[in-house]
Amino acid sequence: MTSSMFVQHFLNALTLGSLYALIAIGYTMVYGILRLINFAHGEIFMLGAYFVFWGVVLLHLPWPVAVLGAILITALTGVLVDRVAYRPLREAPRISALISSIGVSFFLQNLAVVVFSAIPRQVYRPEWLTKVMIVGKVRVLPLTLFVPALSLVLMLGSIYIVYKTKPGLGMRAIAKDIETSRLMGVPVNRIISLTFGLGSALAAASGIMWALRYPQLQPIMGVIPGFKAFIAAVLGGIGSIGGAVVGGVLLGFVEIMLVAFMPELAGFRDAFAFVLLIVILLFRPTGLFGERLEDKV
Amino acid sequence: MLSLENLQVYYGAIHAIKGISITIPKGKVVTLIGANGAGKSTVLRAISGLAKPRSGRIVYNQAEITGWPPENVVRQGIALAPEGRRILPHLTVFENLQLGAYSRSDKAGIAEDIDKVNGLFPRLQERAQQKGGTLSGGEQQMLAVARALMSRPQVLMLDEPSLGLAPKLVAEVFEIIRAINAQGCTVLLVEQNAFTALRIADYAYVLEVGTIVLEGEGEALLHDERVRAAYLGG
Ligand SMILES: Nc1ncnc2c1ncn2[C@@H]1O[C@H](COP(=O)(O)OP(=O)(O)O)[C@@H](O)[C@H]1O
Ligand SMILES: [Mg+2]
Repeated sequence: MTSSMFVQHFLNALTLGSLYALIAIGYTMVYGILRLINFAHGEIFMLGAYFVFWGVVLLHLPWPVAVLGAILITALTGVLVDRVAYRPLREAPRISALISSIGVSFFLQNLAVVVFSAIPRQVYRPEWLTKVMIVGKVRVLPLTLFVPALSLVLMLGSIYIVYKTKPGLGMRAIAKDIETSRLMGVPVNRIISLTFGLGSALAAASGIMWALRYPQLQPIMGVIPGFKAFIAAVLGGIGSIGGAVVGGVLLGFVEIMLVAFMPELAGFRDAFAFVLLIVILLFRPTGLFGERLEDKV
Repeated sequence: MLSLENLQVYYGAIHAIKGISITIPKGKVVTLIGANGAGKSTVLRAISGLAKPRSGRIVYNQAEITGWPPENVVRQGIALAPEGRRILPHLTVFENLQLGAYSRSDKAGIAEDIDKVNGLFPRLQERAQQKGGTLSGGEQQMLAVARALMSRPQVLMLDEPSLGLAPKLVAEVFEIIRAINAQGCTVLLVEQNAFTALRIADYAYVLEVGTIVLEGEGEALLHDERVRAAYLGG
């Protein structure tokens, strides 16, 4: 393998890994607070990509405006999903909300079929992101620099919110002890909404960038990336934001490098991720950085 | 300042509080003593909004606050240092204090109160960046009191602050409660440790399986035959 090819693989892996990581943060934040695996998270990712398509094609918005609008609307959708499908089940056994999330997942997929149709859509891609640059001897797709860079900014922003702001303190408190947090004045429902909003915004950003990389929209496009990001979150240690980032990037690297160095195994790429999940669950269920999450009070 | 009128609380079918009335006058220390399971914590939880009363009224500064959610109750100036301390183990001591001030948005006032509780509990200041879970039992109790003070309460409720502490630390905690009260904060103290509680209380209520069986000035109950027999070991 030439070094030029290696650089390309490296950037591809970083790109894919960043996209997984952005989705994984949403899984891990919601799990940390509600102990809920939000199976509808992949559909939130899908909606983000479709909303941009809508904004550009139907509303003729400039691309950056469509992107910001789509992130905002997807965030609100995530908040709404919690309100409608999970909040009424807060006092119910945990499995109820899990089943509800599977229902929401199917609902949103089918809604997308009705609203956007199941015909794969081509998305608009700004030329500055897709025109190959030659740097020295290396051919670089600007997208593979842009995606990791923007993802890094978004991840640092999220980490800042969670660890340095007052609502972030509320999030970390209710993740451990909802009752005590309420005693201290934390508005629990508002903080949970904020968590869904933030996680959904990150998933939307990931979906939008995913569509730049793999420019075809389908209502089921969130399923596989959603599962992969879930695996990434488990790999990193579910509940840990840093773990979600590391798990996502690691999974991206493993997948891309597997295909790069052992092309004959390319067909097993998705299967590999699932095998990885099973291995983690068997041998290290707390993942790389997860603490054992005791049942909350 | 704070009064309960004929309060009843159920947990499902369990009748935990069977119609009690209590008055907590401004600036006083009132204590609620009773054996394990008498319903002391339930009374505090009902005032805080963590338990919903079936009937009766909770009146605070002439306004009824019965059934209010906890986040509103604390905003009105009633803070609880709950049973078992409930320190957030993964947050630092400083973050636990900030959490106590969550109901407030006056940054300058919060900073002022951080200094104030640091003065009251120098050991917490030394451990400001340490995780709450690494503190000793006594330090966690100090932190629980300090955290409750961070909401700048008018009424401070303490649920068994002496539980599990060595006698020397108990004395220290009660000294601090006295100091807090001397600064004008009204205190509602729940204790199984009746002897210590009665000594600092202006007024006391004795709770037995959800009913007030005795009340009176702290000093008087300390010498009451029935109290001595039941709670003070004769
Ligand atoms: N969450 C709960 N669910 C059911 N019963 C409870 C609960 N909490 C307390 N109880 C019952 O209510 C009664 C009073 O409890 P509590 O207020 O904790 O007493 P104390 O604080 O005086 O020890 C006890 O009989 C206890 O078993
Ligand atoms: Mg109790």
